[in-house]
Order: sequence, then C-alpha cells, then structure tokens
Amino acid sequence: MQILIILLQIAALLAIVLLHVAYTTYFERKIIGHMQVRMGPMLVGWHGLLQPIADGIKSFFKEDIIPEQADKPLFLAAPIICLVTMLASLAVLPFARGWVLADINIGLLFLFAMSSLASYGIILAGWASNSKYTFLGGMRSMAQVISYEIPMGLSLVGVMMLSGSLNLTEIVTAQGTSIFSIYLFPQIIGFFVFFIAMLAETNRVPFDLPEAETELVSGYLTEYSGMRYAMFFMAEYIGMMVMASIGTVCFLGGWNGPFEIPFFPPFWFILKVYGFLFLFIWIRATLPRYRYDQLMELGWKLLIPLALLNIFLTGLFKVFT
Amino acid sequence: MTESATINVPVAQGNEDKYKLKMGPQHPATHGVLRVDLELDGETITDCDPKVGYLHRGFEKLAEHRTYAQNLVLTDRLDYMAAMANNVGYCEAVEKLLDIQVSNRARFLRVMVCEMARLASHLLWLATHALDIGAMTVFLYAFRERETLMEIFAELCGSRLTNTYTCLGGVRQDVTHEIMRKLDNFINEFPACIEEYETLIDTNRIWLKRTIGVAPVSAEMGLDLCLTGASLRGSGVDYDIRKHVPYAAYDQIDFEVPLGETGDTYARYRCRMEEMRQSNYILRQCIEKMPPGAIVGEDAPDLVMPTTPRKKVTADTSARQGLIKLIEDRDVYMEGDIYVATEVPKGELGFYFISDCKGKPYRMHIRSPSFIHIGALETLGKGVMVADLIAIIGTLDVVLGECDR
Repeated sequence: MQILIILLQIAALLAIVLLHVAYTTYFERKIIGHMQVRMGPMLVGWHGLLQPIADGIKSFFKEDIIPEQADKPLFLAAPIICLVTMLASLAVLPFARGWVLADINIGLLFLFAMSSLASYGIILAGWASNSKYTFLGGMRSMAQVISYEIPMGLSLVGVMMLSGSLNLTEIVTAQGTSIFSIYLFPQIIGFFVFFIAMLAETNRVPFDLPEAETELVSGYLTEYSGMRYAMFFMAEYIGMMVMASIGTVCFLGGWNGPFEIPFFPPFWFILKVYGFLFLFIWIRATLPRYRYDQLMELGWKLLIPLALLNIFLTGLFKVFT
Repeated sequence: MTESATINVPVAQGNEDKYKLKMGPQHPATHGVLRVDLELDGETITDCDPKVGYLHRGFEKLAEHRTYAQNLVLTDRLDYMAAMANNVGYCEAVEKLLDIQVSNRARFLRVMVCEMARLASHLLWLATHALDIGAMTVFLYAFRERETLMEIFAELCGSRLTNTYTCLGGVRQDVTHEIMRKLDNFINEFPACIEEYETLIDTNRIWLKRTIGVAPVSAEMGLDLCLTGASLRGSGVDYDIRKHVPYAAYDQIDFEVPLGETGDTYARYRCRMEEMRQSNYILRQCIEKMPPGAIVGEDAPDLVMPTTPRKKVTADTSARQGLIKLIEDRDVYMEGDIYVATEVPKGELGFYFISDCKGKPYRMHIRSPSFIHIGALETLGKGVMVADLIAIIGTLDVVLGECDR
C-alpha cells in the first residue's frame, strides 16, 4: 500500500513537472517574443496556448535518426541518462512542509550528484554522435561542468554551515518564516556565485557554449532528432527548475511567504521558482555568449575565490555569534 | 633492428593530433555558404583556410553577353544587403565609360538610396554580428528598423531586395511625397534606435570581452590585406571613396568619416555604428537639399536594345511612352578600359570594364570587398578560438553573393 501511494505520488509529480516543462517552453517563447518586439507562438490555440502540446506530438512522431557512424548504444542511452538523472533529482525537493517524496538527510549532495551525472549524458551524446561539432560541444560541456560544479558546491557550503544540515526541509526550516531571516542576505556572495554557476550548470545563456548555435551548430544536440532531442530539451528545462528550486530552498526561504495560502502550501515556493525561471529567460534575451576561455577564467579566477571567501566569512560569522 | 639496447617507443607527433574541422558551407555563422577549413588544437585555431565559390554564378562571364543596361540587374545579386549601392556603383562606372551626364536630382537620389542601403546593410550586419556573439535580441531590433527601410525601397521601386533602381543616366523612378515623409519619420526616429542597440550591447561586459582586443588589425596590416570600408577605417586609416573621390552628389554633402584607433573587433563595431549616425545625417541633408529637375540626364541613351536604332531617354513623359523617348542617334560606345570604385557598405566596390566599341562589355571585372575580406580571414583567424573566428567573420562584414559573384 505504501509503495502504491509513493508510486502515485511519483506519477503525479512527473505529470505536473512535465506539464510545467512544456509550458515553460511556451512562456519562454512568449516572453522572449515580447522582449524582441514579436508575438511568439500565436497559431495553435488561443495565443498559441496549445503550441507545447503540438510540439510534443510532433517530436514524438518524428523519425528517430541514428547516424551511421554513431556509437549506437551510447547514442541511444545519452538522452535517457540526461532525463532520468534530472527527474531523479526532483525526488528530494521539498515543495512545502511534508510535500517531498524522499526527505533524505543528504538532499543537497544528492542534487549535486544528479546534476553532475546529467552532464555525463551530454558528454556521451557529444562523443557517441561521432560528429565534429558534437564532439566539440561535448568537450566544452565537460570542461564547463568541472569548472562550475566546484563554485556551485562551494557557494552552498555557506548555507550548509548556517543551517547545519544537508536536508533541504531543514534548510528551509532553519531560515524561519520572516523575510529578513532568509539566507539571501547573510549569503549574498554565495547567492551571487550560485546564480552564475546555476546558469552555467544548466547550459543557459550566457554559458550556452556546449550548444552554441552559431559556433557549434547546436553542439552535442546536432545529430539528435525527434523524441531523443526532446528528451535533452526536457532535461534542460527540468534542470532549470531544479536549479531554481535549489536557489529557492537555500536562499529564498523555500515555501515560506508573507502569509500562508490555505489548501495549497507550495504556492510561494512555486512563485519563487517562476521568478527564477523568468530571470533565466530574461537573461537569455539580453546577454551575448561568453567565450570558452573567458568562461574558464570566470569560473576559476572569480567564482571559486569568491565562494571560498564566502565560506571563510560565514565561518567567522559562526564563530563570533 | 639496430644493436641499440634501448627500445624506440613511437611518440605521437604533436602536429598529427590536430583536429580538423570543416566549418561550412552549411553553418549558421558563416553568413551564407562560406566554408572555412580549420585545424584546431583544442579550441584554438592553428590553421584557417577559407574556401569560397559555393555561390558562384559566373556574373563576370554573363556580363560579356549582355548589354550594359541588362548587366545592371546582375549587380543587385552581388551584395543583396545593399543592392542599391551596387546599382549606383555600376551605373557610375558605366556612365564614366560612356561619358553620360547625370542630372543633379538623380545624383541626390542616388546618394539617398546609397545611404539607405548602407543603413540596411549595417543593420543586417549588426543583427547577425550580435547574433553570432549570442545577443539574440539585437537581431530582431535591428530587423525592425530594416523593415521600415525595405518598405521604403518597395514603395520607391517595387522591390525590397533586388532593386535595380538606378538606370544609366539617372534613376528609374522619382520619389513621391509619401516616400519622403516616411523617410523623414525614419531618420527622426533612427538615432534613438541606435542608442537602444548601444544600451543593449555597448555597456555589456560580455560583449566588450568578446570584442575588445579580438583580431586587432594595425593600419599597415589592414592596407597589406587590402581591407576597405569600415574594416579598414576601424584601424584608423582614413580611406573613404565618398569623401576622397566623390561620386554622385557626395561632393555637395557634408559628412564625417568615423575612424577607429585600435583596429580590433570593437573598433570596427564602433566605426560602423558611427557610420550609421553619419548616414542618417546624410539622409537628412538629402531630404533638405533635394534639387528639383529631371531624374534622367538629358543625353542619357537607352542602351536596353542596342540592335534597334539608338534611343535616348528623357524625363519627358508627354509622348505617352513612359520615360523613354526617341531623340537622336549617336554612337555611344567608346573603346578603352576603366576602373571606377564606389564606397558600398562593405568597402570598396570597383567595376573594371574593357570596352571594344560594342554594346556589351568585352570584360567586366568586379572588385568585391567581401572576396578580399575573406582573404584576410586566413591571417586574422590564426591563433584565435573558434568563437572568435565567428566574431571575425561577422566583423569583416562579408556577404557571399558578392564574394563568389
């Protein structure tokens, strides 16, 4: 019975998240469209509201092309690795008090592990496609993930030190319910580092080098088509949501808001995640792309020292208070 | 085997580890069908070899079998971002060869359409250059303004891209009040639009990082590479044919030639942005100074049908034959050769004609700036990263229709 309930919960979560993924693409296109003096999708449904469904159906029925020279098992596995790891990381996210599938004590570590594993999918996709652009994209992704995993992890060490836990629910609880007690203020350096590393982790502009359209012709995605392409796409958007959730949980006080919403406790959590997603989209509409070496420079020379400084300052803060 | 006790272990030669990448001809950032053969060491380019010819249509040979007037339409297809400028360049050259006078109004109209073409071309350059570097929004903002220009073109001559607006001895159509009003609106609004682009990208740290110091070209190097246009002026060389060998009505118009200093990608970018401001200023003067009169020169011949008795074209429409009216017979074709260059948005566009007293050129050579700029890619592309190469292709402002002809 217990298992059945958990399975139902998983199914419900997956359905909700995948629906969100679909409509995040819609809102991204709409928001960027309006920022770029155009309309975005307008034809399918009222103001293009059914566009994500149409896209889903289209990619589902498209031919799944496998290049002749590709390493077939890896080529087929890569998008699955990407998607599954991203979906798995949803398990530990606390959407509200008690609204969590697996309330484990190493929640934050689990998230890191999953997002690192997802980059295996990208690297393998780049490698297995056996094409030059995808290979370069895979290489870039590898370097990027290694460079930004570290500041990402370090930036959250401050949060761990303040809350004394890796459990996401406890991190939220430790921040209290007041807006002034959220970790954004004491951890402002950490948040800065986290935010940049978050963009890099999810391969979003200005760090979308692994799939740089104008340089690498979509990088690791070049050889993929149909549903496998859509799986990478979904993984990217779920990754965005997961990162936004980590940011919400660790810096913005999770599900706590100015007042309680009856019957729907995750309201504030979802609102904050939407805020993050809007920032992602806004940044995409505004910024150019970094160059490979500049990306490395930023990661190693700015973010990692800043994150270490943040840990040091947090340590001092802990000692003297 | 030798008697040596040590064993020779084959060591991989460093040079053989080069990653060869053929970028293009189908690539989103090579502006058409340019192919660049790259040798990569990691992300750094060790060898860069541009290959052209994927858009070759044999214009120079085609021109030998068509009359001077017919060849005009070929020039539309050279640099299709600024077909007007090519039309003007071609007509200036043929008029000099055949010694045809152009009326003053037509000269001003030519300057006007040239500068509109320059704006259209620079806007497209800005759009694609920004898109190559990753700033997507600038792309659509620039296209918004370009669209206005295209509409004015369409109203002026019925076509948005391949205009064929000029004709030998003048221009085909006179401007209407409606066009002038639209253009006036445009040039009033346009400076604010340039500011908008600049706020989006000029204050952006990432943009500055991607452009400042990338592919610097010194003045000597620029001259050695035969760069022209804004690509050369970015290095501080004051070379603008509009200013130094004025054609059309440029001698009656006041404008500055913006110059850069450092010669890097950013300097070239600044140069073109300032050029857009100057073009706007020129357009304003064109509207203010536009003289009245005929749009086609008095002695302009009709060279469309050289087999029939030679006709002349006047602006006199009383004969109910449109613009063409038979006036007198004259042998207009002289023997000799001529090279006439004009300043198109991309650089120096030259037409070289050899005439042998026939209605068709014996030889027409086009000195296209894009072809020469692509040649510079080999020098500039060495030692930079792949992402920089994209920026360099963008900043040289090449269009393959003109390069391959």
